[in-house]
Amino acid sequence: MAKSVSISITVNGRAYRHDVEPRLLLSDFLRIELGLTGTHVGCEHGVCGACTVLVNGDSARSCLLLAAQLDGAEIMTVEGLATSGGLHPVQKAFHDHHALQCGFCTPGMLITAVDLLKKSPLASDEEIREGLSGNLCRCTGYENIVRAVRAAADALKSENQESAL
Amino acid sequence: MTDGKPILAVERGGAADSLAARPKIVGARVKRTEDARLLAGKGTFVDDRRVSGLLHVAFRRSDHSHARIKQIDCDDARGMPGVVAVFTAEDMASVNAIFATSRMKDYHATAITALARDKVRYVGEPVVAVVAETRYLAEDALELINIEFDPLPVVIDPEEAAKPSATLLHEEAGTNVLCAREFRTGDVDQAIACAAVRVSGRFRFRRKSPLAMENRTYLAEYDAGRDELTLYSSTQVPGIIRDALSEALDIPGSRLRVVAPDVGGGFGGKASLYAEEILVAFAARRLGQPVKWTSDRMEDLASTSQGFDQIVDAELALDAEGRALSLQADVIGDVGAYSIYPWTAVIEPVQVVSFLPGPYKIPNYRGRVRGVATSKPPMGPYRGVGRPTSAFVTERLMDMAARKLGMDPVALRLKNMIQPNEFPYRIGSGIVWDQCAFTECLDAACEQADYSALRARQARARAAGHWFGIGIACYAELTGIGSRISVAPGMPINTGTETAKIAIDSTGAITAAFGVASMGQGLETTLAQVVAEHLGGRVEDIRIIQGDSAAVPNATGSYASRSAVLAGGAATLAAREVKEKLVRAASHLLEASADDLAVEDGKVTVVGTDRALTFRQLARAVYLEMGRIPSDKREELTSTRTYDPVFGTSATAAHLAVVEIDPSTFEVKIERFVVAEDCGRLINPMIVDGQVHGGVAQGIGAALYEEVVYNDEGQNLTASLVDYIIPTATEVPSIEVVHIEKDSPTTLGGFRGMGEGGTIGAPAAIANAIADALSPFNIDIFELPVSPERLFRLIENATTDRKESTHGHEA
Repeated sequence: MAKSVSISITVNGRAYRHDVEPRLLLSDFLRIELGLTGTHVGCEHGVCGACTVLVNGDSARSCLLLAAQLDGAEIMTVEGLATSGGLHPVQKAFHDHHALQCGFCTPGMLITAVDLLKKSPLASDEEIREGLSGNLCRCTGYENIVRAVRAAADALKSENQESAL
Repeated sequence: MTDGKPILAVERGGAADSLAARPKIVGARVKRTEDARLLAGKGTFVDDRRVSGLLHVAFRRSDHSHARIKQIDCDDARGMPGVVAVFTAEDMASVNAIFATSRMKDYHATAITALARDKVRYVGEPVVAVVAETRYLAEDALELINIEFDPLPVVIDPEEAAKPSATLLHEEAGTNVLCAREFRTGDVDQAIACAAVRVSGRFRFRRKSPLAMENRTYLAEYDAGRDELTLYSSTQVPGIIRDALSEALDIPGSRLRVVAPDVGGGFGGKASLYAEEILVAFAARRLGQPVKWTSDRMEDLASTSQGFDQIVDAELALDAEGRALSLQADVIGDVGAYSIYPWTAVIEPVQVVSFLPGPYKIPNYRGRVRGVATSKPPMGPYRGVGRPTSAFVTERLMDMAARKLGMDPVALRLKNMIQPNEFPYRIGSGIVWDQCAFTECLDAACEQADYSALRARQARARAAGHWFGIGIACYAELTGIGSRISVAPGMPINTGTETAKIAIDSTGAITAAFGVASMGQGLETTLAQVVAEHLGGRVEDIRIIQGDSAAVPNATGSYASRSAVLAGGAATLAAREVKEKLVRAASHLLEASADDLAVEDGKVTVVGTDRALTFRQLARAVYLEMGRIPSDKREELTSTRTYDPVFGTSATAAHLAVVEIDPSTFEVKIERFVVAEDCGRLINPMIVDGQVHGGVAQGIGAALYEEVVYNDEGQNLTASLVDYIIPTATEVPSIEVVHIEKDSPTTLGGFRGMGEGGTIGAPAAIANAIADALSPFNIDIFELPVSPERLFRLIENATTDRKESTHGHEA
């Protein structure tokens, strides 16, 4: 068996130092080693997007990354979205618009949406659909997810306008 | 927003109707109680369960389609560090095989065991189980196992397998035809002889995977001191699994509990007993340690039950005015390698012939079906169960007939539909429809879509050379069925009752337990709404327990669009009884007549006064404050009631799809999709809309993308999400939903049950829209999914034929 690798990694703002097997997937590291089971694993081959997390601010598939690659990285998972002030605006929009059913794809959808909202104005629903097309959902038909992301985008826009005034 | 009319909360009247309350909470868009944990990443799916000493299972599966197992060598695997145990069928001799029995004649059950014994019958069948300290190690050990197979002739084509000369998968059955049935009404041959118009085709709906986003996962914990086994299972049917495991492992139900915690989608794929469930339960008991198996996606595509896969030769005959005279169909269903428990191999194929006549008056009907075993994972219930194929066939035939008659397809349907004054109506297969909104749904869909404007637009689009089509599909389904009808004919399990157990405890808290199991459809919210409505409580105060075989004495789970109807009915009965007890207690304590009391928002009030007792105060008085209620009047604030809708009810819808096909890529773009549906009284319109959206999305997948492909050797060519393609956000359009809320006359509360329908109507509507778009080429759609490649071939062949026949004339 290969020797374990020592990594320092920050997850949801908390610093960890762990010895990991070189082949340990980031998804398994988060779920098994850290007990952060909000990150779900749907396919283990990078298609479904359920395991999406933010790695240094960018969305990435945790099933396609090895924990050993991520020494020094900052990770954000679904558990890190809400603050003491309550739900993240995207989480709230998902609740308001019934954008989740079984909830299995939801953590990946939320993280992807957060990343999209940060990087794109999401002017049209087509842009939202395009942006979410790397995340599979089997329950909602995407309709209400698109509506929720639209609502979150609008809310963030008015928030930004207000803060600019 | 186009999805349905706004739901107005009904204002309460005066004191007179405060007890006989009109629905207020039922019908409201109550946001889901499940969301808080799921949005925060705090859900507990089986794989999320943290248990100390947990062992992990990996399966060595057959890579042969059909072979005799000559020898299994596990010595190296057993000796690998980290490996705790290795099991083969030989090690499991103490476990009883399970059979999906049926009283249906010409049916053959097949033995279900955890691991293959003597023979393997499909690629992906579990042969050896390795239990190790981690999943990584368990998977490593698989490579150290040597299995010597003696290959047997491949049984992969259902038509070949149905022949008497075919190689048998189950020698003891004496045939690969595991079930056969025929329905007859009237005289089809005579009707055909008189018919002015006949349309027919050989229809093929390919094999499909349910593909829930959460893979199947099972975790068993064994308490040796108490000899108690608990299986946490991503299942829709914890009650059925409990009963089956009790039989397999010889454990009484009192020491065996099956819990379905948060389940990440099911769609029928988690509604049957699986070999891996038996193995995990067996291993935990044998090893005295918790044991878990989590499927990966490849295993899911290779071993979870599959849907559809029927070949239907069908013919519809009509008179010159377009009245349907007869329908006949010969169906072959590929039921895979085993007859699935508990539904049997009958479930998919027989439903096809049961529902073929659909919402139409067709006086003469003959439907013949054979379910044929082949080397594929078992056929199981999948959203819609058989009806997506029946709707595809009948609705295509309707369009083909309309074209031949020169009639509008909507007009032809309306002419043949069972009219509102003709219910109850018995169709040729024997199904009786109660008050179904067939014509109302079709009218509403056309109105929502502005059908005549669409046709005008189509004319312009065609003139401009666009491939633009409009497709309609109408269907009806039996839902919420009671004890007089089996989900699968002859099945010995009662699926027709449901029990609710409601209790107000000494703190005033309300707990309502059910045998159903939510796999994402929000039952914790909708059932709380029903309980709140009839108890006079608040939704947020009601804790719903479901997905736990120990919650009620007899439970099955959630399938066949039953939960709202059956659990809703049981909830209504039990809540009413608890409310009566509350009123009696309050009447005594407040010294008021029961007629003057109103129960609402968690308290009982003397109408017109400010005198009231909260549920908490009442509970204290009943349970704790001795003497406040005389012992002969003291009643526990509990009720356990079972509801049986006897025959059940039906739900119906009309789907309308508008498509445009890209002539260069053959991509089918769905421009609009309209659903007008009747699921009776809506409990929560927001959730109903979500169910329709999701069902239609799966129907779009079935129509255009999703196909499990096996090659001639029985190898699965689509065992990843790169090869088995499901729709993403860019393939699913915005879906417009219109609700026709026609209360069911046969169920408590008027609920009709829904959840499957979207997948029934959408493939047929899309197939019709594509055929309509391509009608200038005279192309009909007989095969689903219509992948771009299939479409390309169809168009290529049609244009080549045309060129050739034109040349022929010239010559």
